[in-house]
Amino acid sequence: MQITVNEQNHTAQANETAGSVRDRIKADADLIIVNGFPASAETLLNNGDQVVLIRRGEVPGADELDALLTARHTPGVHEAVKDATIGIAGVGGLGSAIAVALARTGVGHLIIADFDIVEPSNLNRQQYFVDQIGLPKVYALRDTLARINPHVRTTACHLRLNPANIEEVFGHAQILVEAFDLADQKVMLIETFAARFPDRSIVTGSGMAGFGPANSIRTQRVANNLYLCGDGTTAAAPGTGLMAPRVGVAAHHQANAVLRLLLGKAPEDEA
Amino acid sequence: MEVTFNGRAHELTAGTSIQELLDQLRLDCLQVVVEHNHNIITRQRLAETTLNDGDTLEVIHFVGGG
Repeated sequence: MQITVNEQNHTAQANETAGSVRDRIKADADLIIVNGFPASAETLLNNGDQVVLIRRGEVPGADELDALLTARHTPGVHEAVKDATIGIAGVGGLGSAIAVALARTGVGHLIIADFDIVEPSNLNRQQYFVDQIGLPKVYALRDTLARINPHVRTTACHLRLNPANIEEVFGHAQILVEAFDLADQKVMLIETFAARFPDRSIVTGSGMAGFGPANSIRTQRVANNLYLCGDGTTAAAPGTGLMAPRVGVAAHHQANAVLRLLLGKAPEDEA
Repeated sequence: MEVTFNGRAHELTAGTSIQELLDQLRLDCLQVVVEHNHNIITRQRLAETTLNDGDTLEVIHFVGGG
């Protein structure tokens, strides 16, 4: 009978146990997963079973890791995203979460740009850690992304984006994600990129402060190649702070919009 | 003349520039992205771009936070 072991095809004997397969293929494995659930060595295997053998603490080799990571992607998705280059302008609450989501999805190349340093006040919503305080955000995030998915290439640009350098930094980005904090900077980025690359899509965020209903955050097409994620109105202000849940909802709207664009689907509707 | 402003018909004096329209509506050009006839235009061109009958304008207002 045919089974897969760590996503590779193998032939097993009828009524072979999971422990027998482990001893044959990866004797030092100390965890056996069959069809997604932990299994004992005595478990009888059936034709078509998916077996994953894990040795705790061992980092899989590049080929094996690729097979293991891609196994969880819906067919067709990995192929569509692995050669993509996505730009992310700003890696605060929105950008750091978007980068993590796209890296987990297997997007091949991320260009991240930000001038900022990790501060304690960022940790309420941004994807950084206490031991990264004081590091430039783009370098801290590049390290984190490599720990999540070493196959993702990250180009980290520690600089302040302005109309003179946006083309150079994001020239290879097929889609640009706007993830700035200040409204006038959002506008500056969109104007500059759209004027230079009118055929490329921009996914922007506006209105995700506070703790209003998550359901008021939406993805809309607001111009020809411009998609806006957020409630459109709730600005960060004293008494209406930025918090992980709602910023995360907006960030993942943006990440999903990018994924849908890469798959050739309209971000804003079912079609 | 008439332009379509954010999906609705809007009466304007002929020769009005986009900047003049934004001023009339008290919209801060630093906080809005303007799409004129399906092209996003930079703020430097808002004053020099005059509107014509039948033009389409989308003005997207941004708020801070990210």
